[in-house]
Amino acid sequence: MYAQMIKSEASKDDPEKLAEFQAKIDADIKVEPRDWMPEGYRKTLIRQIGQHAHSEIVGQLPEGNWITRAPTLERKMILLAKVQDEAGHGLYLYAAAETLGVSRDELTEMLLDGRMKYSSIFNYPTLNWADIGAVGWLVDGAAIMNQVPLQRTSYGPYSRAMIRICKEESFHQRQGYDIMMKMAQGTEAQKKMAQDALNRLWYPSLMMFGPSDAESVHSTQNMAWKIKMNTNDELRQKFVDQTVPQAEYLGLTIPDENLKWNEDKGGYDYSDPDWTEFFNVLKGNGPCNTDRLEARNKAWDDGAWVRDGLMAHAEKKRAAKTAAE
Amino acid sequence: MANVDKEMLAQFLLRMGDNSLILGHRVSEWCGHAPVLEEDIALANTALDLIGQTQLWLGYAAEVIGDKTADDLAFLRDVWDFRNILLVELPNGDFGQTLMRQFLYDAYQSILLPRLAKSSDPRVAEIAEKASKEAAYHVERSADTVVGLGDGTEESHARMQTALNKLWPYVGEIFASDAVDAAMAASGIAPDPASLRAEYDALVGNVMAEATLTIPEGDFAHLGGRTGATHTEHLGHLLTQMQWLQRAYPGASW
Repeated sequence: MYAQMIKSEASKDDPEKLAEFQAKIDADIKVEPRDWMPEGYRKTLIRQIGQHAHSEIVGQLPEGNWITRAPTLERKMILLAKVQDEAGHGLYLYAAAETLGVSRDELTEMLLDGRMKYSSIFNYPTLNWADIGAVGWLVDGAAIMNQVPLQRTSYGPYSRAMIRICKEESFHQRQGYDIMMKMAQGTEAQKKMAQDALNRLWYPSLMMFGPSDAESVHSTQNMAWKIKMNTNDELRQKFVDQTVPQAEYLGLTIPDENLKWNEDKGGYDYSDPDWTEFFNVLKGNGPCNTDRLEARNKAWDDGAWVRDGLMAHAEKKRAAKTAAE
Repeated sequence: MANVDKEMLAQFLLRMGDNSLILGHRVSEWCGHAPVLEEDIALANTALDLIGQTQLWLGYAAEVIGDKTADDLAFLRDVWDFRNILLVELPNGDFGQTLMRQFLYDAYQSILLPRLAKSSDPRVAEIAEKASKEAAYHVERSADTVVGLGDGTEESHARMQTALNKLWPYVGEIFASDAVDAAMAASGIAPDPASLRAEYDALVGNVMAEATLTIPEGDFAHLGGRTGATHTEHLGHLLTQMQWLQRAYPGASW
């Protein structure tokens, strides 16, 4: 779930065209880049796909934080492969967004100057090696919850990007759980790291699904357009129900004293995350917001001469080729 | 296995494995900070290939030494036991310096590995066979980038020339043969590095000419990495980070 709080745009289009468009979506016919679409649909999708892409890019940072300290050669390789996949996901998603008439550079600038967001989860730090396990297990686990249904989303390029991404995400989640297993079965110090990681990342993972449906004002339109496939609370419940037995198997304690099985609803009752904290993180007050944006801005600014140099060279080659013809 | 002194063979394998380990580590430091998304992917991919090669070279070294694993060698040796060339342990510098170093290393690997694929030692041949495919791709990419940036804007040209000037004195060490190399050459395990210099100079010369860059004059070479006698100060700091978990929590399984 790398897209949160996606604001929907009201459409001022011809009601007849809108009705036709809705009928197409209801019939599960994919919308393709050349098809007519309401302006609100286009803008909402740009916001959602863009936020998702930015999350993949910023998401490299908390994991990159441990690549140089990975404890074995094999763990280093797995983590490198995972971060490489994430950069690749960013690339597919920017390409999907570009079919809606916005360039990757424009989206990047909106990320860098704070006009566009990325998932709140990446504003939390990775402090011990078990965090890398917990990110795979919980964060990728939460992302999969949302992305599996999004494979059926109405916009063709987004749906196809999601199908490719989901294949890789399930490998990411498994490697995360595998790290957690090693840690939970390891030395006392390793068990402590595993529990510490779960304590810090549990509620931020629940926040990934966005605020409660009652407060989520944009859900209805986005669900009608099949840009959003399930409500936030449905997905959060599903995530809790899936994760609790996994934590039990690891011998770790989920930091929620209200957590208990509810026979009537066939799911767990659990405590909500602190939504004040969530809104603070969105406003830029999370533990790592400043560091993350500074790192991305620095990479972009320091890289300007590289991008300019490679462009200039490509231009010279093109000119030489034209002159030779 | 060819009839060769085991200590000499182990030294040779450590040189191969330590080069890819230390360079792979340096390249992995770029993760998430590259100038453009495609470069983030390419750098992660390069680091991944290099760490993969490390597992094979150090895995074999560990067998020859006995009672060790590749991880023991990577994470539990101190600076004086590392046998990588100084070039790969130098800090990344800017993106231009990183890619210049990559090219200077890839060019050497692209010449060495196809020869090692014909080694009299079947294990060496097998590892080199796999690694040489990666090296062929790496050198193509790093050469393209060096050319693109050397022959790009005034600024990119100046930065690449600065990088080449800084790194060139570290190239000579690659070809500074010693008794280990003589033993490898005598048993047909690996060619004498000095014998590869002419081919290397031709390859690098062509790419630099296309990149409009000038190879500095003089043949001074900083030495001490592949013998372990005098590493740079930088290697110790790299190891403090890379080895931290293994050192802080000895005996744990990860």
